[in-house]
Amino acid sequence: MTPLLSVQNVAKYYGARVGCEGVNFDLYPGEVMGIVGESGSGKSTLLNCLAGHLAPDAGKVLFDTRANGMQDTVTMSEPERRMLGRTDWAFVHQNARDGLRMSVSAGGNVGERLMAVGARNYGDIREQAIDWLGRVEIATDRIDDRPRQFSGGMQQRLQIARNLVTGPRLVFMDEPTGGLDVSVQARLLDLLRGLVREMGLSAIIVTHDLAVVRLLADRLMVMKSGQVVETGLTDQVLDDPQHAYTQLLVSSVLQV
Amino acid sequence: MSDPAYNFAYLDEQTKRMIRRAILKGIAIPGYQVPFASREMPMPYGWGTGGVQVSAACLVPEDTMKVIDQGADDTTNAVSIRKFFENTAGVATTEKTREATVIQTRHRIPEEPLTEDQILVYQVPIPEPLRFLEPRETETRKMHALEEYGLMHVKLYEDIAQHGNIATAYAYPVQVEGRYVMDPSPIPKFDNPKLEMAAIQLFGAGREQRIYAIPPYSKVVSLDFEDYPFEASKADHPCDLCGAEHTYLDEVIIDDAGGRMFVCSDTDYCGERQADGHRGRLSPKLEAAQ
Repeated sequence: MTPLLSVQNVAKYYGARVGCEGVNFDLYPGEVMGIVGESGSGKSTLLNCLAGHLAPDAGKVLFDTRANGMQDTVTMSEPERRMLGRTDWAFVHQNARDGLRMSVSAGGNVGERLMAVGARNYGDIREQAIDWLGRVEIATDRIDDRPRQFSGGMQQRLQIARNLVTGPRLVFMDEPTGGLDVSVQARLLDLLRGLVREMGLSAIIVTHDLAVVRLLADRLMVMKSGQVVETGLTDQVLDDPQHAYTQLLVSSVLQV
Repeated sequence: MSDPAYNFAYLDEQTKRMIRRAILKGIAIPGYQVPFASREMPMPYGWGTGGVQVSAACLVPEDTMKVIDQGADDTTNAVSIRKFFENTAGVATTEKTREATVIQTRHRIPEEPLTEDQILVYQVPIPEPLRFLEPRETETRKMHALEEYGLMHVKLYEDIAQHGNIATAYAYPVQVEGRYVMDPSPIPKFDNPKLEMAAIQLFGAGREQRIYAIPPYSKVVSLDFEDYPFEASKADHPCDLCGAEHTYLDEVIIDDAGGRMFVCSDTDYCGERQADGHRGRLSPKLEAAQ
């Protein structure tokens, strides 16, 4: 089986400082990969390098494109990369404001990606927007409201709908549940888990919340100071951490 | 004669040459916004400084100039710009669309079809059609370069979602020659079909420092949805002075009791029709006969 995404020796430096370094992994279709680590460990830098928001200083990010098979997204032309960004890829930001157009209605937000890939029939776009709002549990009568009028959890769900409407194959998530209270988090995770399973999505989830990866991720990668210190199956890493830092991380979780 | 204190058409020759280069580039790439070094003009931004600079760069002493503002030849903006070129260039001026070789316009395209011998210069306030959706200039330039125009349809989608139809009535976005999406300046969408014409169309935005152009007979398509096609709309009345049913109309309140009349916004066209004997509901001669 060919991997959907193959990351080879990716590194990003901020001057003399290391953003992330020597990252290698393969992600297979339908697989969910979690990246955990403390603040400043380079996990967001890595995610941005993979999603094409930052140009890595070294390494390859190979993606299995529909048309031409494995392509290095670092060296492909910008139009191609941006095309991937609105078709096969999705990016869910921690802060929904970064991923939504706050002055455009919920329906417009969901429809934007459809229109960006050429949908020109209002009725169809509207129908799909309604369908997707339903899937992320936003009442259909809110379709013409602006995201400003939504709660934080609703904004995050809207962002997810907006990203998944074009049927991407790979979803990047940067702290998708950050800043939400626990009950809202739980519902969002439930929703995400359902969508990932139902659509057969591959996903890379960056978070510092170990409970999130326990629920969502098949595999786990632990980062510290820009380096990957441990990788493995999620349950294996969390239940039997090998690296000292992972042990610290796992033992630091507050028990209620 | 022009005032000898000024160079012909106010701008110095180097500046005019720079503007002509921008114009040529604009014509070579229809709809593309060419940056240019806009000069301070002796009028405030928003009064047509971009259009005036483009006109100045196009004028030759043999030209006959017409200036219209909202279709009218006798409004403040039109009168002052016409005077400006009378003083600084000494060119002949006219109110007749047919006689003019250079027409500077704000917010309208003349009703009379233009010919290959004419140049239509638009005054543009905000040249970037994507601006209100995407405030970053770096990003909008990239979107133009990569032909990512999905966002333009988001605006039209919002219109339909909120108003039940595409409520954008002016500055209606168009795609030129299947490539660049462009703002045709705040002309009513009634005028959009006329953008495919025989004359050269030049657009000058002074404050935003952009020039763009539509070469003669270019294909200009107004953006729309399959199920909500573009419609060139106007007030559903005939002109009350000349009876024309095919022209763009201004609504004028005429008393305190809500009385109103509709008149052609193109004063030259309306006047000519009246001279030809066409009469509308409120024509003075008709009243005199009663």
